[in-house]
Amino acid sequence: MKNKQSWIDQRFPLTKVFNEHLAEYYTPRNFNFWYFFGGLAMLMLGMQLVTGIFLTMHYKPDSAYAFASVEYIMRDVEWGWLIRYLHSAGASAFFIVIYLHMYRALLYGSYKGPRELIWILGMLLYVALMAEAFFGYVLPWGQMSFWGAQVIISLFGSVPVIGPDLLVWLLGDYAVGDAALNRFFSLHVIALPLILVVLVFLHIVALHTVGSNNPDGIEIKKNKDKDGIPKDGIPFHPYYTVKDIMGVVAFLWLLCAVVFYAPALNGYFLEHANFIEANPLKTPEHIAPLWYLTPFYSVLRAIPPMFGSQFPGVLAMGAAILILFALPWLDRSPVKSIRYRSPIYKWVLGVFVVSFIMLGWLGVQPVTPLNALLARVFTALYFAFFILMPWYTSIGKTKEVPERVTG
Amino acid sequence: MKNNTIINLALSLIVISFNVHAASKVHLDHADTDISNTASLQNGAKLFMNYCSGCHAISFMRYNRIGEDLGLSDELVAENLMFAGNKLGETITTAMPEDAAAKWFGGTPPDLSLVARSKGTDWIYTYLRSFYEDESRIFGVNNSVLVNASMPDVLWSLKQGQTEANFDQNVRDITNFLDYVGEPAKLIRLKLGKWVLLFLGILFILAYLLKKEYWKDVKYGIWRPRD
Repeated sequence: MKNKQSWIDQRFPLTKVFNEHLAEYYTPRNFNFWYFFGGLAMLMLGMQLVTGIFLTMHYKPDSAYAFASVEYIMRDVEWGWLIRYLHSAGASAFFIVIYLHMYRALLYGSYKGPRELIWILGMLLYVALMAEAFFGYVLPWGQMSFWGAQVIISLFGSVPVIGPDLLVWLLGDYAVGDAALNRFFSLHVIALPLILVVLVFLHIVALHTVGSNNPDGIEIKKNKDKDGIPKDGIPFHPYYTVKDIMGVVAFLWLLCAVVFYAPALNGYFLEHANFIEANPLKTPEHIAPLWYLTPFYSVLRAIPPMFGSQFPGVLAMGAAILILFALPWLDRSPVKSIRYRSPIYKWVLGVFVVSFIMLGWLGVQPVTPLNALLARVFTALYFAFFILMPWYTSIGKTKEVPERVTG
Repeated sequence: MKNNTIINLALSLIVISFNVHAASKVHLDHADTDISNTASLQNGAKLFMNYCSGCHAISFMRYNRIGEDLGLSDELVAENLMFAGNKLGETITTAMPEDAAAKWFGGTPPDLSLVARSKGTDWIYTYLRSFYEDESRIFGVNNSVLVNASMPDVLWSLKQGQTEANFDQNVRDITNFLDYVGEPAKLIRLKLGKWVLLFLGILFILAYLLKKEYWKDVKYGIWRPRD
């Protein structure tokens, strides 16, 4: 074993990489519940890739066969139903994990310096993941696949001047059809997975360069012992690997509970209308994207058309996503963690979370005058969280941050 | 305090909007089907093939898969369920020509492979029991769930000479069968699920104990001398 290891080490830095990123990667010893989700996100990426490979073996990216090929997977492919449910429920689970992972960053100020680049890379991952999920949802070629794609793609048509031409260029046709399905398939199984894998790699390299934040928001590297090891650090392996195994099993239990007992989760993970084959002549009475995209869909619908164009809504939706990138520079608080922030911040964050959830919920509801009003209120609150951040993070009394991690 | 008010406002608005949403739906009776009840599925299959399959295909379903899953031999399936097909491995289509159907009913009767997934069992169960006489319609009946449905009340003859409870049970069996047809894997996943969760539950206990053992080092600071 030792011989083999040194044989490899002379040719590839296996031991060095293992030590740098696991056995001698010093991680704050006070990680809590919120720190499971980064690892779980990697697990989900892996699971989506593996199940995706097997689905691709049986799926047909052809508008005439796509819908039937998914049902073929569900019925005639050995264990096809399990692979498909793991993939479809997995997509939603991936987003749950990512949202909790991002919320963790908000709680403990993980995006603040020196981790701005980690945040930027993470946001790029989030955007890529939304695109990946959108393209993936088109593939079963059900009514929601088709009409959801129709709605989202038509947004590009609202771009002034070049809109209509842009639309044709994107779709390869004048409407969502076979050409679009083929290119979405290509983007879903090749382009975006590659981008995701590369970004995850960069995200982790950047993280391991500056080191992990923690619930106290303290830089553990500021307190090192005589060997240069952070006093509050413990090696990632074996301590966090065994802890993450525990988290992974608990997570898989929840995922399997959904996959085996409620794979469609009452229309939230697989919409009912998507069990009807795409029909360009029959518009469903109610079109909604899947839940993980609905907060932004709500922002889009909240902005009324101006000068006969939907473009302002599209801009608002884009801004709602892009503004997240600026977070490290909007936050002026001297402390990172919510534990030591002013009470004002806690309230503001609470309102933000309620707004985001409400926007998400409104996104799956039909538009009524009340819903439209609510969407506007919560859109305003959503943007206020960011726009007012330089102000409310610089006022209010923060608590004193301890020298060493607590708990 | 002001923020408190905003949260309260938000919460009360959630409640209001939920009520608004609920009020806009047609009332559906609870189907109360049980996919693990094989006798019910068998009866449902028999009724479906006799009363429905003349017009409605279930083209994602194969004859022999039904036999396999519902505990019916190939001979029984061939004799009692296979009216339109020739081979047991075939999918269940209908003998009715599409263009003629469109002429007779104003549209081709939809394939019902996935109706339980798109509409839900409660909808099927209520729909099939919601026909009422309406002379203005071409078949003399209308439906309170699907207004101006172009389907005649095909279960009318079944309903005759049956108690209401009996008829409801028969409709429940058809609904149960369609639920199965919508997702044959449901039979497997519901059986398998508890074992998977039990396995993961035990694995979790082991993973927890392993973590606890390792983390004693951190708790007592013995993975390396602490200052």
